[in-house]
Amino acid sequence: MKSLPEISEKVRKNLIWKSIFRRDYRNSIRDRAQAVFGNVFLHLHPVQVRESAVKLRFTWGMGGITFFAFILLVITGVVLMFYYHPSIDQAYTDIKDLEFQVPFGVILRNLHRWGAHFMVIVVMIHMFRVFMTGSYKAPRQFNWGIGVFLLVLTFLLSFTGYLTPWDQLGFWAITVGTNMGAATPLLGYQGPFSEYLHITPYNDIRFALLGGAQVGGNALLRSYIWHCVAIPLISIILMFVHFWRVRKDGGISKPQK
Amino acid sequence: MLRLRKKVSIESKKKTAMQDEKKLVTEQKKEIIDRGGTEDAQAKSGERRKFLMRVGWGSLAGFLAINSAAFLRFFYPRVLFEPPSQFKVGFPDEYPPGQVNSQYQREYGTWVIRLPDGAFFAMETKCTHLGCTPSWMESQKKFKCPCHGSGYYITGLNFEGPAPRPMDRFKISVAEDGQLLVDKTIKFPGVPGKESSEVYPQSLLRV
Repeated sequence: MKSLPEISEKVRKNLIWKSIFRRDYRNSIRDRAQAVFGNVFLHLHPVQVRESAVKLRFTWGMGGITFFAFILLVITGVVLMFYYHPSIDQAYTDIKDLEFQVPFGVILRNLHRWGAHFMVIVVMIHMFRVFMTGSYKAPRQFNWGIGVFLLVLTFLLSFTGYLTPWDQLGFWAITVGTNMGAATPLLGYQGPFSEYLHITPYNDIRFALLGGAQVGGNALLRSYIWHCVAIPLISIILMFVHFWRVRKDGGISKPQK
Repeated sequence: MLRLRKKVSIESKKKTAMQDEKKLVTEQKKEIIDRGGTEDAQAKSGERRKFLMRVGWGSLAGFLAINSAAFLRFFYPRVLFEPPSQFKVGFPDEYPPGQVNSQYQREYGTWVIRLPDGAFFAMETKCTHLGCTPSWMESQKKFKCPCHGSGYYITGLNFEGPAPRPMDRFKISVAEDGQLLVDKTIKFPGVPGKESSEVYPQSLLRV
């Protein structure tokens, strides 16, 4: 029987542990900073922050909570994909299966669904806070622009995810939403100037979104791909830029003295 | 004091390094001239470099532009697996007057309607408010939209609810084999407050 310190010693004093963590960790200021600095996931974060920067009263922590919601949605979304077929014959029953038959399916589905609502609400509160504290002003204008794109991408993620259960709610939401695209000037067949530019239901923006002239199997597949692959990829790239710019623009915004 | 001296020595080292570099550059120039190159040739090589840069970046830009165009075109397939926009709906004598035929509603989004006076027309199954599909209420002789309660007469004229105008009609004609033929590419959009049969007499078919 070995004592706990002995086991701990054994775990820490071998090649595998050392290859992962590289150096001993003493709970000193320097080592704590080094832990953030030398970690690939944390190195975007500043090693030191001002005390005023962690005051929740000013930032509300909404940006970080938005990112947390995104992580939650990626994890639950990937798990849901194991049971979901993006075809009009199976999509609806797959969701019903997830709700009634798959172990823990209902909690995963609802985490994804409510998490999505949560993210949309939180990202808007984040935007509101940034606006009300004037944190969009110089030198942060560029990052505000990135934020606007991320807001739109969040809405698009929400919109494309709406169709995936292939129920009446999603079907008509996509019908109405893509009809708005059809009524857009120069892009849709019902918009102004469409007659002169020979824009028809078969070559307009609605067609590109639906993969056809009506909401059908292609539309379901397209919104699924946008929802699960394309938009998350674009969002992740913009998030990198967004977080990086927060640091480059002088750290998280804080009250002026 | 020691530090200061060190700094000075670094500065002076930097200076000598820079001088060395200058020397090197002039020596290189001399070498080029010695090998038969001239200042003129040097200018020419600068021109050539600029030209090649332009060609290089230009081809990259062209490549990316063509790629993006191909990417956009990719979203418009050549073949669609959707119901055709022109379709036959049976012989005229299969339709009793005053009846709304909902047989083609699900697949083609079209009602084939015969008015009590015997005239045919085809109408799109789309509410003019937000695009839901109304239902024909036989007992009340009206179309009723389930979404926001818009109501239409058998002719497609709106009379209640938020619908802003009558429903749209499609071209209907008689095909060579005597069957009725609906053409969804020719559309007669409803005009607010007007009876479509009067605005578009050509939307009616009398057999």
